[in-house]
Amino acid sequence: MNRDLNLRRRYWRDRLMLLLLGIGTVLALLVLFLVMGYALVNGVAALNWDFFTKDMKPPGETGGGLRQAIVGTIIVDGLGLLLALPIGIAAGSLLAEYPDHPLTPPIRTLADTLNGMPAILKGLVVFVLIVKPMGTFSGFAGAVALGFIMVPIITRATEGVLTLVPKEIREAGLALGLPRWRVILSLILPAARAGIVTGVILAFARAAGEAAPLLFTSFGNPFLTTDPLKPMDTLPLRLFQFAISPYADWHRQAWAAGLVLFALIVLASALARWATRRRL
Amino acid sequence: MQQTAPSHHRRSLAYSASGDRVFSVIIALLASGVLILAVLMAWELYSGGADPIRRFGLLGFLTGTEWDPVIKKQFGAWPYVLGTILTSIGALLLSFFPALGAAIYAAEYAPRPVAVVINYLLDLTAAVPSVIYGLWGIFIMAPFLRDHFYLPTYLWAANHAPGLLPFLGNPSGYGLLTAILILAAMVVPFTAALARDAIALVPAPQREAAYALGATRWEVMQMAVLPLSRTGIIAGAFLALGRALGETMAVTMVIGNSHKLPYTLFGGAATMPSVIANEFTEAVEPLHLESLIALGFYLFIVALVLNIVGGLIIRRQAALARGVL
Repeated sequence: MNRDLNLRRRYWRDRLMLLLLGIGTVLALLVLFLVMGYALVNGVAALNWDFFTKDMKPPGETGGGLRQAIVGTIIVDGLGLLLALPIGIAAGSLLAEYPDHPLTPPIRTLADTLNGMPAILKGLVVFVLIVKPMGTFSGFAGAVALGFIMVPIITRATEGVLTLVPKEIREAGLALGLPRWRVILSLILPAARAGIVTGVILAFARAAGEAAPLLFTSFGNPFLTTDPLKPMDTLPLRLFQFAISPYADWHRQAWAAGLVLFALIVLASALARWATRRRL
Repeated sequence: MQQTAPSHHRRSLAYSASGDRVFSVIIALLASGVLILAVLMAWELYSGGADPIRRFGLLGFLTGTEWDPVIKKQFGAWPYVLGTILTSIGALLLSFFPALGAAIYAAEYAPRPVAVVINYLLDLTAAVPSVIYGLWGIFIMAPFLRDHFYLPTYLWAANHAPGLLPFLGNPSGYGLLTAILILAAMVVPFTAALARDAIALVPAPQREAAYALGATRWEVMQMAVLPLSRTGIIAGAFLALGRALGETMAVTMVIGNSHKLPYTLFGGAATMPSVIANEFTEAVEPLHLESLIALGFYLFIVALVLNIVGGLIIRRQAALARGVL
């Protein structure tokens, strides 16, 4: 009788904990659902064709779009990716393929540390290094700041994928008399391509949503420009400036920009998932 | 293999031993970009902020309560340091148990498809840009909290407990508590992901042994899983704290940006990243600019320590788990 009671109490405690875990899970994801829902509803209501085809209007005027920010985002993010790719992939290859290299342990630690550093600090550093000597904010400086964010992510992702490539592939290549560099370039990297692409997409998506490191590097520009040596607009930056402005029409466009950014992120992560599912 | 054997193809230099050497040098040079970025970051933040730190002292800069770039040209970082401590610790405390709950539920309880969805949503929470949280915070969350929570509480306190009013502060919706709440939602995935990893590292025989003793599912968690993954979970909390410290945009958008001490629960506040974001492009005075960079340097040091400690614990746990298996 007493034992029965004890057992029942333990079952009830188990159920109670399950309930608490469920509540915790719901709480943990609640804000995401709310943010997604509002971004979708308000964004769809605010989005129109002008958003993509017209530049922004001066304060107080309604209408216009954010073409200049979309073009700027593509240029700044693309340039940042070009800068980050060679460093990130080389570092990832070094970590995975040359575990005995003296640079391997410090680079692994520093890549993790850099990844955990606040993004705004990367903007500060680029300001001191590039904006100050050049005397002007520029899309290029913004690209360097975003590249700064992408490098450690690409490094660790590349390393992770390369270590998954079966050892036999390396041995087969070496047995054919190929030198190590040819094995890495022609066998290992191609075998890991899908996984590397995934890591690159995730790094790109992460950087594409950042506004903090762009505040004092690419700075923003209400006019369309394709010259990366001039201040350049990007969507996250413009979203921030519109959101804290007092104009209702700018608030509307901020929601539209939010939805476009959100769609970009979801698309990127879906693409990344799809790419890995096929290969690994 | 004879050196003199006739070769069917021309042996270029690239295929001799020196080819490998050249390649490893090239790859190491490119890879040292990571090294250079890290060193540059430390050095530029240090040298850029050296002047105010020298002028006000290493601790004096940190503990000075006056930040006046216009009249007195006095720079004390304490309001921002305090704001950063309050928001990030508050966010971590609020988010820790929900995040842990989600991780445990996904790892141990949920059927596989549900776990996949939860993990995907947690990843998505981390991937959503900070400005989008800020946008939602400004237009939806802050007004909602003001109308349904801050104002009623404030009015109730005004009638029944006027002693509380100085602690509650201006219930405008944009302030410390709003920033803590949004930050809590944003750091959930960092705690959860690392807790998930730590739980996954616990060897299956541990669980089986507990089940074999007749333990319920929660008792298995309590007896076998949590004690072994505790260190990893704590390391995750360290890293989440590092994220919370540096979070800029969403906090800047909802915290009300006031450095007037003392801070109140509902009233405006400011953090180190938020003041950098707000004042950096408007800082004309060199000392002002350098003080902001010095703030960045302190932020860098704290984030560095949290990351190194967290990373060390995680690596040690992973090595231990490999040993157990």
